[in-house]
Amino acid sequence: MSSELEKIVGPRIPADELKAHRMRYIIPTLLFVAAAVLLIISIQRPWWRLKLNAPQYPAGLYVTAYVNRMTGDVAEIDGLNHYIGMRPLAEAAVLEQSISVFGIVALAMLILAAAFVHNKWAALLTLPALLLPIFFLADLQFWLANFGLNLDPNAALSSSVDPFIPPVLWRGEIAQFSTVPRLLSGFWLSLWASGLILVGLYFHRRAYKPLVEASQHKSGSSEA
Amino acid sequence: MRRFILLALLLLASAAIFVACSDEEPEPTATPAPAPIQASGGGLPDDLLAVANARGLTPQDIRAALKTYVPSGKMDEYYLFSSGGQSGNVVVIGVPSMRILKNIAVFTPEAWQGYGYGEVGTEAVLDAGNVDDVKIRMGDTHHPALSETAGEYDGQFLFINDKASARVAVIDLRDFETKQIVKDPNLISNHGSSFVPPNTEYVIQTSQYATPLGWEYAPISEYKEKYRGLITMFKFDREKGRIDMDKSFSIEIPPYWQDLCDAGKLVSEGWAFCNSFNSEMATGGIESGNPPFEAGVSQRDTDYLHIFNWKKAAEVAEQPGKTEVINGIRVIRIPTAVEEGILYLAPEPKSPHGVDVTPDGKYLTVAGKLDPHVTIYAFDKIMQAIEAKNWTTDEFGIPVLDFDAVMLTQVELGLGPLHTQYDDKGNAYTSLFLDSAVAKWSLGGDDPAGYKLLEKLPVQYNIGHISAAEGDTVSPDGQYLVALNKWAVDRFLPVGPLKPQNEQLLDISGDTMSVLYDMPMGIGEPHYAQMIKADKIKAWEVYPQVGWDPLTQAPSEFAVKPGEERIERDGNNVTIYMTSVRSHLTPEHVTLKQGDNVTWHITNIETAPDATHGFDIGGQNISLSIEPGETATFQFVAQNSGTYAYYCTEFCSALHLEMMGYMMVAPEEAN
Repeated sequence: MSSELEKIVGPRIPADELKAHRMRYIIPTLLFVAAAVLLIISIQRPWWRLKLNAPQYPAGLYVTAYVNRMTGDVAEIDGLNHYIGMRPLAEAAVLEQSISVFGIVALAMLILAAAFVHNKWAALLTLPALLLPIFFLADLQFWLANFGLNLDPNAALSSSVDPFIPPVLWRGEIAQFSTVPRLLSGFWLSLWASGLILVGLYFHRRAYKPLVEASQHKSGSSEA
Repeated sequence: MRRFILLALLLLASAAIFVACSDEEPEPTATPAPAPIQASGGGLPDDLLAVANARGLTPQDIRAALKTYVPSGKMDEYYLFSSGGQSGNVVVIGVPSMRILKNIAVFTPEAWQGYGYGEVGTEAVLDAGNVDDVKIRMGDTHHPALSETAGEYDGQFLFINDKASARVAVIDLRDFETKQIVKDPNLISNHGSSFVPPNTEYVIQTSQYATPLGWEYAPISEYKEKYRGLITMFKFDREKGRIDMDKSFSIEIPPYWQDLCDAGKLVSEGWAFCNSFNSEMATGGIESGNPPFEAGVSQRDTDYLHIFNWKKAAEVAEQPGKTEVINGIRVIRIPTAVEEGILYLAPEPKSPHGVDVTPDGKYLTVAGKLDPHVTIYAFDKIMQAIEAKNWTTDEFGIPVLDFDAVMLTQVELGLGPLHTQYDDKGNAYTSLFLDSAVAKWSLGGDDPAGYKLLEKLPVQYNIGHISAAEGDTVSPDGQYLVALNKWAVDRFLPVGPLKPQNEQLLDISGDTMSVLYDMPMGIGEPHYAQMIKADKIKAWEVYPQVGWDPLTQAPSEFAVKPGEERIERDGNNVTIYMTSVRSHLTPEHVTLKQGDNVTWHITNIETAPDATHGFDIGGQNISLSIEPGETATFQFVAQNSGTYAYYCTEFCSALHLEMMGYMMVAPEEAN
């Protein structure tokens, strides 16, 4: 491998070193692969659910968020929301939903790529996947606030209901409704993936830092 | 190390699987069985305790059961007269048992009562409600009004409106039958109807959806110029038990979509009050990109409480030149109403629903609907503002009284306040639609600080009107309140997608309210109901004499005495005089010719209570209910030859099946 390429992807593992400490190099790869798999699975899983409780809905109303769609009592909730002038849920996070599947697959590919990069750049490649759970919650809260704060002032109940921010993680109250959010498996899978990435990065650093330092030392001495 | 890593991975994987499996909502946990009730000294006998525990009843359930159960042979304390909505009927219910006593047919034919299935009297009542040349056989009953004397229910008559076609019906509470339907000649829909002043001089109706008077054609673009509402004062002749259209009149009002109304009483007698919810005069047109009505009518912060002096209007209507006759009824036009001091407006929080005068007649409660408050207006402040001409005018030149000058206070009750009733202890009760609750609050007289929310009780679900015992009279009884809930959702055994409504009986006798009973209303969609003390109703056991015409409440000229039964023929016209008694119809053979015009009178000569006979002829779409003493008549053309069985449809005796006869119609060619 050319030394130019090695500057980017880090040093390769000498064959005798790999033979001597196979586990040391396999562990970070395994962890990254596991993280990528969990992320791919999360695409098919629901991430978040909001339950709306009101006296006239004794069984509650539910809206469930996947990364690319919303399911549940969306039509009924939209019907209720129109009284307070809230836009239909289908207008929320359109861009995010449209690119989510491709985006998460891309994040998984980046994690896999990180397994082949044997220097600090590996951390950068895994960073988007690492931050995905936080991004998801922040984006969801952004849209909840965006919808709750931008109510049509001409709506029928605008004199009874002030603009509001439905909390993404805890219980909220609006008119006769209480809103109870719940994080679901998709989110937890992405959080586990983040955990695996962190652990993987630790083992990655432990495995490759000596190699990087050795190669820097070598190149440093050859330049000298 | 290796093992540790593998173990960690396994743990992670299983954890992931675990969370993946837990996305489903947990099954709702069943209400835990109440702890068994322990016998205490002087408590329930052991066997009753065992029943209560076997059925899982709580002490509260037992209390409710004891308060509502009416043992066999005993009577309820109150009658509840409930509208049936688009069933077109009135449903009579006993309180506190919440048993249905009767379903009174009003705007819709009903075969059990023999109403509108050939019987000429009932057909005539229904036909009087036809619109132009269209036979109308549905009604949307909304607001029953019991006749009043000195502001108290007197138990004589019940009035009910049909929102769909702007009609009002009169029910006689001696026999619980509909006697009259009148059609407003200038309105096509009503809502603030029916309501009566304290002595029932009039039955009052106000329009809901404005149209050109007489529902003439006019494009919606001419809404402001041509569309109008009306207050119609149907003159009630108590002696005759009929509305007298010749003495009735209307007052023109702006196309503000008037809503519910109430008549003043005691100090405010002579006045009446209506809400409105489209002072925006929105004209809709969602399909053309215009704001839909639901948004368009909710734009302004205030709409108008309509305040009108009906006594003054009645005087003015008699004066020459003050009215215009439109489609046969006198109408006081807006400028005259303004000039004569008949009509005033006052701002009210936008799109309210009910306006309800307090028992002392001094205050009006306007329930906010879209606003979480009830707004209390003081009648004396309204009078002072009128006296002081403290007003601006709307675009029709009608005085708009200053809000702050007439409003006494506002009380925040919760979401969706709709209707208010009163009790005997100075409290008011308001239904909260969105909260699905009843709010109890105190009246404070002239002291704004005395108006306070006391309690809110959840009801199931989406409460509309409420009806407290005599709760809109000058002397409410307290004790009971019925919540007329629009949704039952999960309260009853499933009966398909169309669910019954839930009429919930509440105990309001104590310091706190409680729900006593859920009654499924599976025969209509009630709106308002009124509850009257049972002893005020003087219903007949049987008709006063044999051969009675229930339509005229007088002896019938077609009554037949036993022994005088006969069939008379005059050319093609055949008249049958029949009697019915347990267990035969006389005559038992009726021979006709095809093409005969048949008039058939039947007198039930029974005098025993409940000895009703029904009557039906196969293939003729006839159904009569001939109550003891009644003479009923039906007419038909014998268009098909054949042999038909007629029989008594009401199981009247052991020989009920034998109570029949044959009608033989000879074919034309055999003539």
